Parts: sequence; structure tokens; C-alpha cells
Amino acid sequence: MMSIQRLEQLNEMHIDVLKEIGNIGAGNAATSLSKMLDTEVNMTTPVVKILDITDAANLLGGPENVVIGILSKLGGDIEGIMMFIIEQEFAKSVLTSLLGVQEVSCDRLTDMELSAISEIGNIMIAAYTGSIGTLSGMNLKTTVPAITVDMVGAILSVPAIEMGSVSDKIIFIEDDFLSGKDDVTANMLLVPSIESLNRLMEKLGIQL
Amino acid sequence: MSETFTIGISDMKVVKSTDSLVTYALGSCVGICLYDPVMKIGGLGHIMLPIYPVNNPKENLMRFADTCIPEMLSQMEKLGCNRRRITAKIAGGAKMFEVADDSSFGNIGQRNVAEVKNTLNRLQIRLCAEDTGLNYGRTVYFYTEDGRMVVKSFSNGIKTY
Repeated sequence: MMSIQRLEQLNEMHIDVLKEIGNIGAGNAATSLSKMLDTEVNMTTPVVKILDITDAANLLGGPENVVIGILSKLGGDIEGIMMFIIEQEFAKSVLTSLLGVQEVSCDRLTDMELSAISEIGNIMIAAYTGSIGTLSGMNLKTTVPAITVDMVGAILSVPAIEMGSVSDKIIFIEDDFLSGKDDVTANMLLVPSIESLNRLMEKLGIQL
Repeated sequence: MSETFTIGISDMKVVKSTDSLVTYALGSCVGICLYDPVMKIGGLGHIMLPIYPVNNPKENLMRFADTCIPEMLSQMEKLGCNRRRITAKIAGGAKMFEVADDSSFGNIGQRNVAEVKNTLNRLQIRLCAEDTGLNYGRTVYFYTEDGRMVVKSFSNGIKTY
């Protein structure tokens, strides 16, 4: 059986499967966010892309755009990294709903604010890993999320480097969440080890 | 006419006086500036990982510390630079995330810096300034006019070396 050596070898069929994971994940996430924020949250169909780090950074406002990154290591049946990236605006609106904070300055987030944002990240990451588990029957573990506020370019390079990736590519799942007037884009990054990715595709019954 | 060139990830460029170089948002990656003050020629490389994998000979040389620096040096020497005059300034190699229960996570930045220094030492290039480690991203500007390295970050302002 052939196996995938590099992320750029993923074809339409593989991408469709990842899209389905994104779909279910975003559904889970919308439900959790609705509960947490006590407001209706809807989501659009996710877009799944295999991107260069540079292209992903450009999509997120350029390499120097300051965002919030929440990262969790995956273990169990899938080795890898999942990362959730939040724009400052999203963080502000979440903190306003959750903590009633009016003035939020992303370069001086309090411990309380950081912990609230981490919790959102935790929920989002759990929603997506849950969907992978549901679809594949695999057992996924996640670490307590780590959080940082910094330039998106510096944050994006971490998963690929940590996984000792042979390319600069990452799986990028983009979902639009709609809540009242706000339209918020959530960006989920999945960087599995190549062995894990092959195992996942196999479990999902995809011929490689 | 002077120009500013942008160095991408796993990329490197050597330019002559009055031109400047920039590489954006280094996290655990390291930016390496080499400079010959007499020729006013300088290079900037942006490496991601320490050591070139010998079992994968099709890899990009610029992605790795131990292959990018010799390549940069060789391009500078071809333009008439003298190795004995060349000095280095480096920035980056941060630990962007602190993962609970996994203290080794993110140590790649530290390993990148160590291998950059190791390679410079092997090539007998003097390291004269560094802004490395800690936990934040950095953008590096390098001016071949005078060999200045300017490091910009989100939370720690601008520093000139």
C-alpha cells in the first residue's frame, strides 16, 4: 500500500475527509460556544486548505499581525499538534461576554483573561479532536493548552517545526462563526505526524 | 537605488551596500546576518531546523543552520568578501509555547541557536551580537550600509545591534 510522505500529496478525497472532520468539529464547537457565551452561535461550511506557513500567515493578516495562539499536543492514537488561532477582535468580544470586561488590551492580558481565552481554545480543540475520534474510532488525548500572544508568523512556524516536518505545509481549517452581529473566523491548524495521518486515513477507509 | 529584500522561511540572500534585508516574525527559527564591513556586503538567512538530514538529499539547504551558513559564506566569498573580516549577528530561537508537563516542548529554538553558534565557530566567524531565546517572536532588519541589525518585537520594542 502506498503511503503519504508529505502533506502536499493529499488529494481531493483526503481533503474531503478533513473537511468532514472540520464540519463536525465546527458543529461541536458552535454548540459549546453557544452554551458558554449563552447566545446562539452558527457556523458556515469549513474551508480546508493545505498551506505553506507563509501563505497561512498572509491569510491571517501578514506575518507581523498580532494574534492569540492556543496550542495543544495530541497523543494517544494520533501524534501531532493542534493549534487554534484567534484574532484580537474575537478575544475582545469573548472577554466582554464572559467576564464583562470592557477595555481589553491584548498586549497586557490579565491572568483571568488569559485563562478565559485558554478555556475557549480548550473547547475548540476538544470539539475538533472529538470529531476525529467520532469519525475514526481513534482515541485522542490532548495536553492542557499553552497560550501566547504574538506575531502570527512566529506562532505558525511552531507546529511544523516541532513535528520535525519535512515541509512547510500545514492543514488549515477555516470556519466562520456567526453570533448576532459578529462574524468571527476561527482558524484551526492540524499538524499530525505523517505516520498518524496515514493511520487516520486508513481508519477512515480512504485508499492511499 | 537601494532596495529592501524580504527573506522568507528557509530562505537566504546576499546583497551589496545600501540594500537592506528583512525577515519577518522569527519564532523558534533563527535569523543569521553575516557582514563584511570593508566590502559592505551582507547576507541574511532564516533557518528553521539545526541539522540537514543526510538521508534526504533533496532538502532545501537554507532550511538548516549547518548548511545555510556555509552557503551564505560561500556566496559572499565569491563576491570578494574575506572570511577573516566577516562577523555575525543572530536573532530568534524563542520558545513560543510553554506546554505543561512537557518541558522539552519548544526546545528546538535553543537547539537552533546552539547549532548556529557551532557552525559559526567551525567556520571561524566571530559572533558579535545576539538577541536570542526567551519567549517572543522577532522581526529582523539588516542594513548592509553599516552592518546594523534591528530587532523588532510585539512585547519588547525595538533594539539595535
